[in-house]
Order: sequence, then C-alpha cells, then structure tokens
Amino acid sequence: MTKSSRTPASESPEFSLDSGAMRSEPVVQVQALVKRYGTKTAVNSLDLVAQAGVTAVLGPNGAGKTTTVETCEGYRKPDSGTVRVLGLDPVRQSAELRPRVGVMLQSGGVYSTARADEMLRHVAQLHAHPLDVDALIERLGLGSCGRTTYRRLSGGQQQRLALAMAVVGRPELVFLDEPTAGLDPQARRATWDLVRDLRADGVSVILTTHYMDEAEQLADDVAIIDAGRVIAQGSPEELCRGGAENTLRFTGRPGLDASSLLKALPADCTAAELTPGSYRVVGKVDPQLLATVTSWCAQHGVMPDRISVERHTLEDVFLELTGKELRS
Amino acid sequence: MTATTSTTTTTGRYAPKPGAAPLSRMIAAQAVLETKMLLRNGEQLLLTVVIPTLLLVLFSSVDIVDTGAGKAVDFLAPGILALAVMSTAFTGQAIATGFERRYGVLKRLASSPLPRWGLMTAKTASVLVTEILQVILLTVIAFALGWSPHGNPAAVLLLLVLGTAAFSGLGLLMAGTLKAEATLAAANLVFLLLLVGGGVIVPLDKFPSGAQDVLGLLPVSALSDGLRDVLQHGAGTPWGDLGILAVWAVAGLAAAGTFFRWE
Repeated sequence: MTKSSRTPASESPEFSLDSGAMRSEPVVQVQALVKRYGTKTAVNSLDLVAQAGVTAVLGPNGAGKTTTVETCEGYRKPDSGTVRVLGLDPVRQSAELRPRVGVMLQSGGVYSTARADEMLRHVAQLHAHPLDVDALIERLGLGSCGRTTYRRLSGGQQQRLALAMAVVGRPELVFLDEPTAGLDPQARRATWDLVRDLRADGVSVILTTHYMDEAEQLADDVAIIDAGRVIAQGSPEELCRGGAENTLRFTGRPGLDASSLLKALPADCTAAELTPGSYRVVGKVDPQLLATVTSWCAQHGVMPDRISVERHTLEDVFLELTGKELRS
Repeated sequence: MTATTSTTTTTGRYAPKPGAAPLSRMIAAQAVLETKMLLRNGEQLLLTVVIPTLLLVLFSSVDIVDTGAGKAVDFLAPGILALAVMSTAFTGQAIATGFERRYGVLKRLASSPLPRWGLMTAKTASVLVTEILQVILLTVIAFALGWSPHGNPAAVLLLLVLGTAAFSGLGLLMAGTLKAEATLAAANLVFLLLLVGGGVIVPLDKFPSGAQDVLGLLPVSALSDGLRDVLQHGAGTPWGDLGILAVWAVAGLAAAGTFFRWE
C-alpha cells in the first residue's frame, strides 16, 4: 500500500518550489500511467503535468481521455504508474481530495426525477461554502427549467446543470469531460465564459474536448492524446507554430512553371498548381518566403491574385499528429 | 442576490473556498432528497402504498382466501406489514438504486464530499422514513377494518428492523450486480412471487408440507410469520423467525458489500 505512494511524483513539488520561484505545484501530475480493460490497453504509459490554469486534453475517440481524467477523479485505480491531484492520491486520499475538486461527468449524474434547482441545491448542501445557487442558476440559464425533472430537460440543460454541479462547491480544480458536446452556440459561449471566469478567479480547469476551437479559445496548455499516450503538449500557439507547415495560396495565369517556382524557394517547400490557375506553396511561410513568391511572380509577369497565407490551426496540428483516418 | 453589480469581469465570486459540509448535514440532506425522489416516483408509490392498501382492504372485506379462525384482518394486517417492508426495503430500493447506478448518480455522488457509507446511511434512513409512513397508514386502515393486535411492541420493532436489513441487503445486491432493466423486472417478479408464496395473504399451510418447509425460510415468510405470532397470537419474541431474518440480513448485506459495483 504505502510503497508506491513514495514516488518522485509526490516529492517533486518540493523540488520545483526550490528551483523556480514563479512555478507553483502542478495541479495534476500523471506519471507512466497504465490502465487496461481486459486485454485492451486504454492508457499506455501516459505522462501529463498540468499547471494551474486551463488545460485542455484533446484526442480522438478512444484515445484514453476519459480514462485518464477518471483516474484523476479517483474513479479508476491505475494498473501501474502514479497519479497526483493537488498533490494527493485520488484513490487513497479521496476523502481529503473530493471536497477540493469539482467533477462534471460526460453524461448523467442526476436523479431522473429531480429538478435542476433541487439537485444543484443538494450538491451545494454537501459543501461548506457553496456558491450562491440562485445566481448560478441565473447565470447558466437554468431558471427556465422550472419544475421540469431531469429526464425531461434538453441535452443542453442537462449539460449546464452538470457544469453547475461541478463548480457550486467552490473547488480549486474542476474536471470537465466534454463540457460543450452537443451544445448550441449560445450555451457553448456561456460555458466558455464561465470557464474564463473560473480561471480568472484562480480555479484550475482540466477539460477534455473534441473541439479544437474550444481548446484554442480556453486553454493555457493543450495535451494531445492518442492511443493512450500524450503525443504533444504545449500552449495552442506553441503547438501551431512547432512542426506544422503553413500554406500560401495564390491564383494567376494557368500553366505557370511550378518547378521554376520551386527552384526559387527554400529546399523544404513544395509548390504545385492544384487546378488550372490555382497555386499552392507549402512550407515554413514567413515574410521572406512571401517576398520570394511575389518577386518570382514579378519576374514572370504574373499578377498573383487572391494571395493568402493560411496559418495552421490546432485542428491541422491535431490531424497531422493523429492521422486523418476515422477511428473505430 | 449579491451586493456586487453584475459585470463580465472577474469579481472573485468563484475564488476557491473548498470544504465538505458537516457529516450530519450531508447525510440528512441526502436522506431528504432520497425520500423525496422515492415519494415522487409513481410506480414506487403503487408498490409501497397502493398495492398493500388494496390487498389489506380487499382481502379483509371479501372472503376470498381462507385465513383460518378469527377475523381476516387479524391474519392479514401482519402479512401486509411484512409486504410493506419488502416493497420499500427490497423492491423499491433495488429499482431506485439500480437506476441511480445506471444514470451515473452513484458515480457522481462518489466524487462529492459525501462518503459512501454516508450515502448508504442516508438510503437506510430514507427507507426507514418511508416504512414508518407505510406502517402508520396501514395501521390506521387495519384499525378501521376492526384489527385488534396483541403482543410486545419491542418484538414487532425488532422484526421490522431485521426484516428491513435482510431485504435491503438483497435489494442492494440485485441493484449493484444486475442491469437496471433486469433489476426492474426481477425485483417486481420476486415481489409478486413472495406476495403469493411468502405467507403474506395466503397462509403457508395451504401449500404442500414439503413446500411449506422451504417457503418458511424465505425472509418475507419469516417476517410475516413472526409478526403474526406476536400481533395475532400474542406470542413472546419469535426467535426462530428472527434467526432466519438475521441469517438473510448478514448474508445479503455481506454479499452486497462484496459484489456491489458502483457503475
């Protein structure tokens, strides 16, 4: 029992306090986490460190996002590896940890015959210093639910109730498992605004999502998970900058000599005429490259029409890293 | 509600201030909610209130089953009390808990500050409150039908408590191991079978003697027989029936504790 709790993971916060004055203790530390269901390995030696702020966990279906988060929430015991949340073991120190953490499950979690306000008030009663329930109901637009029981609420209302239940206890850390899946744009925005306010007030958030724009909008840090491992982690800007290639497009006279253009470009670029008169350059697009392309056009008497530079989005990075084929 | 004006900028409203409520408040809140949910559920009310009441009134006033010497209500009232305990502690609890498990309620509560044993305590309290309401209602009706009970109230209380423990263990075992739909079907089926074959309205001596011995060991038979011994015949403490209930209670609760799956 006690042997595995004395690991570097549980001690490193003290070291990091010594080494960096600005760095505080990570809110989540996952080291070499392995979790199997029968013969299937859901999480395969996963390492993840989440600092205070908003961390988005991105990944295709079946990548191991929910398993990882639910291990942090104390629902699953690691087969091996260590997990620390706010410095605590989520399974063995569950009683100490639970009041400090808010949990939004992917679905369900409410009595089918309970009303939204009734359930939220109940969860509030389990905490010592809950938020003002009426204000939270108002803020998340749950006031219109009235006497409707949970099973008759719309999917969006059910999601927002689950979100409210996760934050009502004034936790230090909130886990949101796909908080905006299936929400309409207004509800999605309301959720984003709440996450931003939580962050501004010093609450850390770990959220899983399929939506790249959600991660780009909200997250300080993004971890991309695939096949049970973290394959990339960094701020949205870092991830979009690093590795990913950008695209420059322009239209001009059909039949220009793309190989001649290619000769003018740096070695790692590609150039092609996609459809007659429509050209694409792929490579590290910087001011120099843009200048090279326009001067090549000038030399060849071409007016580059509709010239555009496409910055890579997180979605491109995501697809590059995880592949484009559909996951079963 | 708050004095601060509502703006989109941060107000510190969400600043962390975590903490669990005192245990007694958590358990009380949970028990109140569980009881509310139970009483709000129409099908459950049918099982816990309507069916026992109808059976008591019908079989006391119409001579369908030969209940032996004496007034029919004197035979029926103890059996119906046993049925009421079974309907709440076993059938109702099994179905409700099965669906709570299915819909992630147990899972969500497991990450709340309320400990598991607190949840189980609240569930038990909710079952007991419902049973008290049932007993009051059925006792009033039975008195109106001319019931004249005897016996030691302490023995009655002991039987009801042990019966509740036995049925709770079995109900939770079912809810924690089967799918919610299977629990729904099985709990209702068992309710019906035990209603007929558990000495609730049909005296066990109407069955063949070999079957009697087996049926007598069922928890509902032990509970109705024990209640009947005390309330109808004014017997002392029915140790035999209490013993049977105790065995069921220990076995059922131990099995539920071992095999219950929370999701």
